[in-house]
Amino acid sequence: MASKTKQFEWNHKHLLGLRDLSAEEITYILDTAQGFEQISKRAVKKAPALRGKLVVNMFFEDSTRTRNSFTLAASRLSADLIEFTKKSSSVSKGETLLDTARNLEAMGIDIVVIRHGAGGAPKLLSKNINACVINAGDGFCEHPTQALLDVYTIRKAKGSLKGLKVAIVGDIAHSRVARSNMWAMTKLGAEVIFVGPPTLMPGEVDRLPVTVSYSLDEVIEKVDVVNVLRIQFERLGGNPFPSVREYSHYFGLTVERMKKAKPDILVMHPGPINRGLEIESEVADGPNSVILEQVTNGVAVRMAVLFLVNQAAAAQKNLKL
Amino acid sequence: MAKELLIKNGHVIDPANGIDKKCDVLVVDGQIADLGKVGKSVADTIDAADKLVVPGLIDIHVHFREPGDEEEETIASGSAAAVAAGFTSVVCMPNTTPPIENETDVEYIHRKGRQARQTHVYTMGAITKNREGVELSEMGFMAEAGAVGFTDDGNGVQDPAVMLRAMKYATMLDVVISQHCQDNSFAGSGVMNASYYSSILGLPGIDKLAEEAMLWRDIQLVKKTNARYHAQHISTAEAVELIRTAKKQSLPITCEVTPHHLLLNEQCCAEYDTNYKVNPPLRTEKDIEALKQAIADGLVDALVTDHAPHLQSEKELEFLAAPFGIAGLECALGLYVKALIEPGILDWAGLIKLMTEKPANIIGIDKGTLGKGRQADITIIDPDAEYKIDINKFRSKSKNCPYHGWTVKGKVEKTIVGGEVRFSAGGD
Repeated sequence: MASKTKQFEWNHKHLLGLRDLSAEEITYILDTAQGFEQISKRAVKKAPALRGKLVVNMFFEDSTRTRNSFTLAASRLSADLIEFTKKSSSVSKGETLLDTARNLEAMGIDIVVIRHGAGGAPKLLSKNINACVINAGDGFCEHPTQALLDVYTIRKAKGSLKGLKVAIVGDIAHSRVARSNMWAMTKLGAEVIFVGPPTLMPGEVDRLPVTVSYSLDEVIEKVDVVNVLRIQFERLGGNPFPSVREYSHYFGLTVERMKKAKPDILVMHPGPINRGLEIESEVADGPNSVILEQVTNGVAVRMAVLFLVNQAAAAQKNLKL
Repeated sequence: MAKELLIKNGHVIDPANGIDKKCDVLVVDGQIADLGKVGKSVADTIDAADKLVVPGLIDIHVHFREPGDEEEETIASGSAAAVAAGFTSVVCMPNTTPPIENETDVEYIHRKGRQARQTHVYTMGAITKNREGVELSEMGFMAEAGAVGFTDDGNGVQDPAVMLRAMKYATMLDVVISQHCQDNSFAGSGVMNASYYSSILGLPGIDKLAEEAMLWRDIQLVKKTNARYHAQHISTAEAVELIRTAKKQSLPITCEVTPHHLLLNEQCCAEYDTNYKVNPPLRTEKDIEALKQAIADGLVDALVTDHAPHLQSEKELEFLAAPFGIAGLECALGLYVKALIEPGILDWAGLIKLMTEKPANIIGIDKGTLGKGRQADITIIDPDAEYKIDINKFRSKSKNCPYHGWTVKGKVEKTIVGGEVRFSAGGD
């Protein structure tokens, strides 16, 4: 296995999503991350892989975890970092996304990490600038590094994704995490079940490679992993469920529900947690929870992604010369 | 001395008069004087051998952006594009800034059209003030000034009571009410068809119900008022069925279709190319088949472009933020040939009818035929000429056209407006 992955050649200078990656490519990222995990445990937590490279964190939406995780990952690889924050919708007049990016590129950036409210924004960027583009979440399209750290965490605990049943619970319709998880997990051989009210399911969900259930009670008994999504009040339009109380009643991961679960079930959450709403504190902090491990693993995964896209860009540059 | 122009040896198609044969057309002083074998020799003669000679094409749905967005298009640039595409009459939509909502606005459009001296420029007026769907605009004064219909295009009139009132009022004026069928509560903030593709692309979808629910509602209002009603750019299979049922009941309802809803489907949005962002959105193959069947069954009354020019800088935005619209005026004929003639859905006479006589009837203008004494608006087409669509050759100010590089058949050779040659291919 190890020798097989060694011969594999990663050739993507962007990471825009997981939908278009193969199982082999996803596994390669995870294997690379495994190597980087050690660095964070050393006394001197630094490697020189990105020395002299300029990374920009371009965040058009709020983020704490993902942003800090990328910052940390970049600095552990010795990159220089620019923070760019603009909390505004691109609909508002002003500098366009492309103009902003072109200006940053004029400063000589090598890698753009972008979070944006519009699905497809990272792709738009990748078509128009030379730097590497890493998607840190676009609209409700994809959040590839989150899904990578999720499957990394599962793989670490369970050995493999193959044959596992994973429930993803909550607002699937507006969740980029659910989508990226779906692509990554199904490619790696897991079975994914979307759980939530019909009003929070994406359009034509029957055409996605998942099964759908409206009953967490039924699903909780048979799954190996339950990934609880945050109710994103900022994205919810209208009134997709009658009340928070009723939502918690049907879809909250409670101590009571956990009693029916397999004893070794993994409890995951991309954060930040609405305690007592989609998950009870006792469960979030309980023995089955790997929520904080997810955060830890996020750094290694993002180091791997930064490292790999940079390597692919360098290889492509050499090819041109 | 009378000014004469003779078009010789062409294949003349004039659906309104049932003409579909090889003959000559004589134009005297800007009017059709004779149709048949013209024996005499005229100094000003066009040899139209192997060409189609048809009534000037009419597009009842264009956006020329004037007043307000002259950087995207002007009536002059749009008109120049129109004649190059064979259109001798166009109808501007009133969703300008400010909107066309009183007689002065209507006269302004007409004046700009006359000054451009290219195509005949008509306009519709807004149904409601500022297109807000609340208060009726001065439809009477606008109709008197020459507005050929009323629409809040870009917006559907949401409030059913307001729409009912507009229809009732329109019956007094005998004008057509033209609706952009979109129920906003279903459409939400959608930017493409709601489906599997919007789900995986992470883009908010526009449910087909948005179009169908409003069309269904409006049909009920037509039953009540008997107002002349025109459904703009229908795009779904269910909308076709609603039209089919309404027409069976002989309601005064007409509808139109655009090239993009016949040639492009929702999968075109997969790369987030904003040139495919259009409203109503591109739908599915099933819808395309239904629209083609509707045309074959005679349910569609007009082929239009919904020419919607936008700046490149705006179309360079995120898919979510970019404006809706395709600039398709200058390739319309070739696209319709590809969509309808090549697969055998229509013959040339059928196509020309839907681009001349029928749309003229919808807006009630005395055009769209080559009848004797009519103003000589004539388009000469080379039906076999193939060409590559090139946005860089567009006369339109905008290039937001997804057909760049397509090869199409059916080229406009000459466009004659009021007896004057306003466009000649190759610039001669």
